[in-house]
Amino acid sequence: MPAALRDSLLAGLVAAALALPMLGVRLVDSATGLSLAGRFDLVAWAAGLVFGGRLLLRLIPPLPAMPVLPAGFGNLRPAAGWAMAAFAVLLPFLPFADRNVVDKATLVLIYIMLGWGLNIVVGLAGLLDLGFVAFYAVGAYSYALLSQSFGLSFWVCLPLAGVLSASFGLLLGFPVLRLRGDYIAIVTMGLGEIVRVILQNWQELTGGPNGISGIERPSLFGLSFKAVPPEGQRSFAEFFGLDYSGDHRVIFLYFLILILALATNLFTLRIRRLPVGRAWEALREDEIACRSLGINPTTVKLSAFGIGAMFAGFAGSFFATRQGFISPESFTFMESAVILAIVVLGGMGSQIGIVLAALLLVGLPEWFRELQQYRMLAFGGAMVLIMLWKPAGLLSHREPTIRLDGQP
Amino acid sequence: MTPSLLDVEHLTMRFGGLFAVNDLSFTAGNGEITAVIGPNGAGKTTLFNCITGFYKPQEGRIALNHPDGRMALERLDDHAIARRAGVARTFQNIRLFPRMSVLENLIVAQHTRLMRASMFSLAGLLGLRRYRRAEAAAVERARHWLDRTALTRFADDEAGSLPYGHQRRLEIARAMCTEPRLLCLDEPAAGLNPRESAELNRLLLDIRADEGIGLLLIEHDMSVVMGISDRVVVLDYGKKIAEGTPAEVRGDPAVIRAYLGEPDEAETG
Ligand SMILES: Nc1ncnc2c1ncn2[C@@H]1O[C@H](COP(=O)(O)OP(=O)(O)OP(=O)(O)O)[C@@H](O)[C@H]1O
Ligand SMILES: [Mg+2]
Repeated sequence: MPAALRDSLLAGLVAAALALPMLGVRLVDSATGLSLAGRFDLVAWAAGLVFGGRLLLRLIPPLPAMPVLPAGFGNLRPAAGWAMAAFAVLLPFLPFADRNVVDKATLVLIYIMLGWGLNIVVGLAGLLDLGFVAFYAVGAYSYALLSQSFGLSFWVCLPLAGVLSASFGLLLGFPVLRLRGDYIAIVTMGLGEIVRVILQNWQELTGGPNGISGIERPSLFGLSFKAVPPEGQRSFAEFFGLDYSGDHRVIFLYFLILILALATNLFTLRIRRLPVGRAWEALREDEIACRSLGINPTTVKLSAFGIGAMFAGFAGSFFATRQGFISPESFTFMESAVILAIVVLGGMGSQIGIVLAALLLVGLPEWFRELQQYRMLAFGGAMVLIMLWKPAGLLSHREPTIRLDGQP
Repeated sequence: MTPSLLDVEHLTMRFGGLFAVNDLSFTAGNGEITAVIGPNGAGKTTLFNCITGFYKPQEGRIALNHPDGRMALERLDDHAIARRAGVARTFQNIRLFPRMSVLENLIVAQHTRLMRASMFSLAGLLGLRRYRRAEAAAVERARHWLDRTALTRFADDEAGSLPYGHQRRLEIARAMCTEPRLLCLDEPAAGLNPRESAELNRLLLDIRADEGIGLLLIEHDMSVVMGISDRVVVLDYGKKIAEGTPAEVRGDPAVIRAYLGEPDEAETG
């Protein structure tokens, strides 16, 4: 009991020390110029809350363990996956799915796809990449620039953006080849920021902080989604004899990202069972053992970086075409952190876990946009809670990629 | 005398001022078990790390007589030594892929062959027959070594969940799945109980007999060394102090001194 008290007091003290510079002082604009004013009541509140919360945590018995999933869940997983995919396909046609819902679902799907892409690098190959957003940015800018400079359509640019991002992944992969663990995280974080700074400052090419606007929207086999289709194109609504509606494009974009994301997922599920995929996981487990078995870690790491980057590039192109406008602001470190959080929270390697984590970390905050700045607070709180409950992520169970008698 | 498989000549590996391996020369034969023994810190593991390319020695040569020609191991990367020269190894403190299944550990060991068969996984991605056949062959090879190491019923378990003795055997099975010409075992009997240790002896003798490959064995347990090795190389402070058949080495005064410590100056007289 006294230990709990001491511990809580200490936590309160730390909170007070942290809150003092952050909450405790305020710049006041007065007639005589700027001056500082104290807000010590807030500091007291912060310290008190932390003290009380800590004491509560110490006194309340530890949370009961999360209900363990029944043993048969491993076999249920493909079924759960199919059910989710079916739901995703039907979503736009469900009665409650208005334009707003589909739009938010599209955003969540972007993050699911990014999570699945990063999962190859972090979850499978075990390379802690904190600069993943750089490849997302390269994909987005590749599409925007290719389409604006050469008038190429989205469908031509998409593979090109993927190739460019993948090459970029290989390029950025080189500096981190010799590094391990935490050092990879630091270097990739730096590289990610460098890419953003370049985008911000290379005025002539990228438009600097103003970004690129008026990015071409995609068409469906030449059918435009504009109210007034450009010369020589027919509009989607006209072709199918529908009344024009902005919803068509929203739904089209939704299906586009759904297909892209599912393709990422299928690719990952497949490659996990191939030599490359197994080598990624082996590398995550023990690099030295890999070397002793004749596996060249360089090519294994680069392939993970390149392929992960390729999917980020696809997602980036989609992002650019959906927004119609991109600027460096969309590609900050925060984005990398969110994507990484999705992968870690999902359970490092679990495809379905990533879907759940993306729903939780991107979907929920979108829903509670009204809460404004408390969104990030809730985001952080949710992450802490989940990590307390399930330190290995939501779904951390791993199925072997092959079984001795018969395929898994 | 069998033709030599591995020729180590004047090998020296220094760490700063410490000579972990000091001007060491010896040969290991094909179809033979060559034991490397010596007190703690004698440089045995360092020697293995030089042979398998994890360390680059400052001096000396390590040649492997491969059907494709003589290979200078000191010039190859560690993974190339495993892949091209066919040198496999186990580690003093076991290095498995703990969160992968036992079978997966053995399949990963066949990475090179599978990559070639799958055209760098492309054939596998497209689901071509060619890859499925190669994978089936890999599973069969894995099954063979699972049977020989008595691990078949653990095939689908996580490697990290196996008991210690099983993990040691799995590491040997994994090394054998690379189809090596030279197998280097770093204290495979460490931590085994007498029954497991006897089984290990039998396994190693079988490998020697059936595969006709060379085995290099670091071992502390003298009963293992005396029981199964054809030749013994004794190291102390990085230097070779004796070499010969187990019987020869056992009686060698230098070896006895190294193991039992220096007697008093007066006694040596
Ligand atoms: N990477 C390294 N850096 C510095 N010194 C090292 C390194 N590796 C080994 N040594 C030193 O080299 C010497 C030989 O070590 P080694 O591990 O080869 O001994 P060993 O014969 O395998 O001993 P043991 O029976 O305890 O396994 C020791 O003094 C060790 O401290
Ligand atoms: Mg050793």
